[in-house]
Amino acid sequence: MKKSHLLAIGVIVVAIGIIIATAGDASTYVDFDQAYQLAESGKTSSIHVVGSLKKDSNGNIIGLEKSADRLSCSFILVDDKNKEQKVVYNEPVPADFGKSEKIVVIGEYHANQFIANKILLKCPSKYQEQKLKAGV
Amino acid sequence: MHYFIGNLGHFFIITTFISSAIAAFSYLKAQTQTNLEQKRNWINNARTAFYIHTIAIFGIVFSLFFIIYNHYFEYHYAYSHSSIHLQAQYMVSCFWEGQEGSFLLWMFWQAIIGVVLINTQKNWEAPVMVVFGCVQLFLASMILGIVIPLIDTKLGSSPFILLRDAMDAPIFKTQPEFVPKDGNGLNPLLQNYWMVIHPPTLFLGFALTLVPFAFCIAGLWQKKYSEWIKPALPWTLLCGAVLGLGILMGGYWAYETLNFGGYWNWDPVENAVYVPWLILIASIHTMITYKNSETALKISIILVISVFILILYSTFLTRSGILGDASVHSFTDLGLSGQLLVYLLFFTVLSIALIVLRWKQIPSSDKEVSIYSREFWIFLGATTLCLMGFQVLIPTSIPVYNSISELVGVTSNLAPPANQIQFYSKFQLWFGAAVALISGTGQFFWWKKLDSSGLRKQLLFPVLLSLIIFAIIISVGKVYDPAYLVLTLASVYLIVSNANVLLTLFKLNPKLSGGAIAHIGIGLILIGILFSAGYSKVVSLNNTGLLYSKEAGTEFNRDNLLLFINETRTMAGYDIEYLGERVQAQNKSGFIKKSDIELTNDPFKVVAKKDVLFKEKKLFSSKDTININPENTYYEIELRKNGKVAASLFPRIQINEAMGGRIASPDIKRNLGSDLYTHVAAPMDPDAEVDWGKTEELKITFGKNFFVNDYVAVLEDVKRLDKLEGVELLKEDVAVQAKIKIQGEHELYYAEPVFIIKDRSQIGRIPSEVKDLGIKITLLNIHPETNEFSFAINQRQKDWVIIKTLEKPLINILWLGTCILMIGFCVAMVRRFIEYKASAKAN
Repeated sequence: MKKSHLLAIGVIVVAIGIIIATAGDASTYVDFDQAYQLAESGKTSSIHVVGSLKKDSNGNIIGLEKSADRLSCSFILVDDKNKEQKVVYNEPVPADFGKSEKIVVIGEYHANQFIANKILLKCPSKYQEQKLKAGV
Repeated sequence: MHYFIGNLGHFFIITTFISSAIAAFSYLKAQTQTNLEQKRNWINNARTAFYIHTIAIFGIVFSLFFIIYNHYFEYHYAYSHSSIHLQAQYMVSCFWEGQEGSFLLWMFWQAIIGVVLINTQKNWEAPVMVVFGCVQLFLASMILGIVIPLIDTKLGSSPFILLRDAMDAPIFKTQPEFVPKDGNGLNPLLQNYWMVIHPPTLFLGFALTLVPFAFCIAGLWQKKYSEWIKPALPWTLLCGAVLGLGILMGGYWAYETLNFGGYWNWDPVENAVYVPWLILIASIHTMITYKNSETALKISIILVISVFILILYSTFLTRSGILGDASVHSFTDLGLSGQLLVYLLFFTVLSIALIVLRWKQIPSSDKEVSIYSREFWIFLGATTLCLMGFQVLIPTSIPVYNSISELVGVTSNLAPPANQIQFYSKFQLWFGAAVALISGTGQFFWWKKLDSSGLRKQLLFPVLLSLIIFAIIISVGKVYDPAYLVLTLASVYLIVSNANVLLTLFKLNPKLSGGAIAHIGIGLILIGILFSAGYSKVVSLNNTGLLYSKEAGTEFNRDNLLLFINETRTMAGYDIEYLGERVQAQNKSGFIKKSDIELTNDPFKVVAKKDVLFKEKKLFSSKDTININPENTYYEIELRKNGKVAASLFPRIQINEAMGGRIASPDIKRNLGSDLYTHVAAPMDPDAEVDWGKTEELKITFGKNFFVNDYVAVLEDVKRLDKLEGVELLKEDVAVQAKIKIQGEHELYYAEPVFIIKDRSQIGRIPSEVKDLGIKITLLNIHPETNEFSFAINQRQKDWVIIKTLEKPLINILWLGTCILMIGFCVAMVRRFIEYKASAKAN
C-alpha cells in the first residue's frame, strides 16, 4: 500500500472521529417539558431552551427579579410551547436583555428551577422595533 | 434636513455598482480579444471604470463620515450608531458597528488592492481583475438599497437611508421633517482604540484572501496551472500576516475590554475567521513546494480556493442571522441572507466547475513521496492544519444543518456544545501539539537532504536540548496534566529546532529565515496560550471570612475580594487598597477624583472644587470646567509591594441604559511573568438607600481636636455667608458655614455644613458629607455664650468595591510570539516579492 493511501485513510479516520465526537458533545434545543424529563431521567448535560420573556401588553417584562446586590437575577421564560418557567441566572442581568426578541438559555433543571449557565440574546433587527427617543 | 449629502452618497453607491460591472465586463472582453489594438482599448476602458469605482468608494466613505461627523440624525446610520457626545476618534468605529459600513470597508480595501495590482501585474491584470470586478459587484449590491421594480425585491441595504424611511415611528406622520436631537450612540465596547484598528485590519485580511483566489482562478482559466503561484505567493504571505494579526488583535481587545477573563471564547464569529486562517497557512506551505511536487500544485489550488469560499461562508454565517441562537455577537439580520447566499454559491459553483473542467490537465505525477523529503512533512502539516480547521468548522456549522434539514421538512434540534471553550480546547490542544511536532521535524528536511541516519544525527542535539528545557519548564510551572505536558514538549521542540535552523541560516543567508522565525513565533504562542489559559487562576480570594451575598452562590463569595476605601488588604503577595471613584476628562489623560469635583446641571460637565492633581501633575485648576463622560466610573486600586507602589489600576464600570446596564472593563497589571487581570465584580449601587446609623452629638470650640469616626478633626472657621446657592437670603436672614478639617488616611478633607435662620424663626441645616470617609456632619446649633458649636455626626458603611482578579501566567509570551510571527511573515514576504520581481524581469 502506498504511503499516500495510508495518509488518506488516516485523514478519513480522523475526520469521521471528529464528526462522531461533535455529534456526541453537541447539545440539543428542547422545550421545558423535555428538559424536565431529561433531568428526571438522570441526564445532567446542559441543554438549550429557546423562548421569549413574559411581557405585559405595554412591553414591560413580567417576573424579572434582581437580587439585592444585582449580582444574580431570575426571570420567567415562555418556551415555544407556551410553557412558563422561572429561570435563575447567577450573573447580573445581561445588557440588552429587555430589548431581546428571543432568548436562549443554556443550563439544566435543579429540582423545579431551571438554572441557566449562559444566556444568548437575539435582538431584533434595528429596522423593526427600535423606538424613537422623540424630542430628546 | 440635509438631503444633498445623502443623495450624493447614494449616487456614489450606484456609481460603484455600475463601474464594477463595467470593469469586470471590459477586462473579460480584453482577455478574450486577440486583436492587440482592441485589447488595449478594452484594458483602458476597464482601468478607467475601476478607477472611477475606487474614487466612488472614497466618495461613499466621505459622505457617510460627513453625516456622522456633523450629527445629521435624520439619517438612520448616524442616529443608530453615533451620538452628539461621541468623541471624534471613535466616529470612525461607527463604520463597522453597522453591516453596511463594514461591507464598505471591505470594498474599500479590495479597491485599493485592485489599484495596486493594475499597476504591478502587467501579465495578469485582465484575468485577475475580472474576478476583482465580480467580487466588487457583489459587495456593492449589498449596500445598494434599491428596490428592483418588476420582482419587487430590495437589493442591499443602503447606509444613506433616512431615519423616517427606516423606522415606523408615529412622529413622522405628523412631522415628516422631524430630526432627533441626539443619536443612540456607539456601543460602549467599541469605544476603545483597539476597536478603531482591529476591524480595518481584519477586513484588510479578508480583502487580501481575494488576491490568491483571483490569481488561482485566472491561472485555471488561462491554463497557466503553476505560473499563478509566483505572483500570488507574496500576497498570500501578506494575507496570512494581516489576517493573523487581525484575529489576535481581536483577542487582545477582548482581553483588555471584556470581562470574561480571556482573549478567545470559541464563539462562532471568532471561529468563522480562525478556520480560513488555518487553511490559508496550509495553502502557503503547499504553494512553497509546488515546484518540486505536482501533488502540491493540485492541493494548493484546492486550498487557495477553499480559503476564499470559507471567507464567504463565514460572512454568510455572521451576517445572515443564522447564528442568532448560537452566537453572542453576530450581526442582526438585515434581510440580506438571500443575497449573501447567492454571493457564496456563485463563487463556490464557479470555482468547483472550473477545477472539475481543468482537473485532468493540471500536471500530476504518481511518484511516491519519501518520508525523508520535505514534501512529505509539508503534506502532513497541511493535512493536520486542515483537520484542525475541520474540527472547528463542523460544530460551528450546526445552525446551518438545522436550517437545511428544516428546508427538507425535518426538524432538527441539534445545538452547539454547551461549554464551547472546554469542547474546542480539548481537540485543538492535540492538533496544536501535532502541528508543532510536524513543523519542528519538517525543518530538518527543509534545507538538507537527509536519510534516516543523517536525521538521527541532526535530531540528537535539538531533542536533548528540548528535553532539558521541557524538564525545567514543567518543574517550575508545575505542569502535571498529560495533554499539557505533550503540548509543552511539542512547543519547546518546535522553538528549539527552528532556533537551530535559524542560527545556520543567519550565517548563510538571513533573507531565507522567515519560515524559521515564524515557526518560533508559533511555538511561543502555543506556550503562551497553554499557560495563560490552562493555568489562569483566581487570586482575589475572599480572605475576610465575610459572606458578601447569600443569593450569589459560593463561587462568587469565594472568588471576589471586598475592598473598603482606604483599607489595606493583601492579595497575591501585594498590599492592595481601594482609593475611591474616579472620572476621566475628555481629551486629557489621567484620572480625576470624584471628591475633587462638583456636578453641574449638564451631566457631561463638572467643575473642579480645587486644583486637580494626577501623579503629582496638575491637570486642572480650581473652578475649571471639565468635560467628562458621565457613563464611566473608574475605581482606583493601588497595589504595593514592600511599601512601594507597584501599580495603580483603574478598572472601569460603564453605565449605559441604552446598552442595557452595567458593563465592566478590566485593568491589567503587567508583569514579566504574569498579568494580574482585575475587574470590578460589583460596585456600590449609587441608587441604594444609605443607612446613616445613630447620630452622635458633639459640642466643639475652635482649634480643639476631636474625633469623627476615628479621624482627627478640628473646627477651623465659622463664617457668615452672604450668598447661598439654592436659598434666597433676605436682609434679616442668617446663614453660617463652619469649616471642619478632617485628616483622612491619605489627604485632608473639609466638611462645610451650613446653618440657616430664615424669617427669624425657621431653622435650616445643610449637612456636609465627606464621601471618602463615609461621614456626614450637620451644624446643629450655635452657642454664642460659650463660644461653642453643636454638631451632629453620622457615619455610614464606608465606600466599597468588590473586585475579581485573575492571574494569567506567561501571557506576554503569547503577545511576544505574535510579534515574532509577524516578523517571520514579513521576512518571508519580502523574500518572495524579490524573487517574483527577479523572475518577472527575467521573462
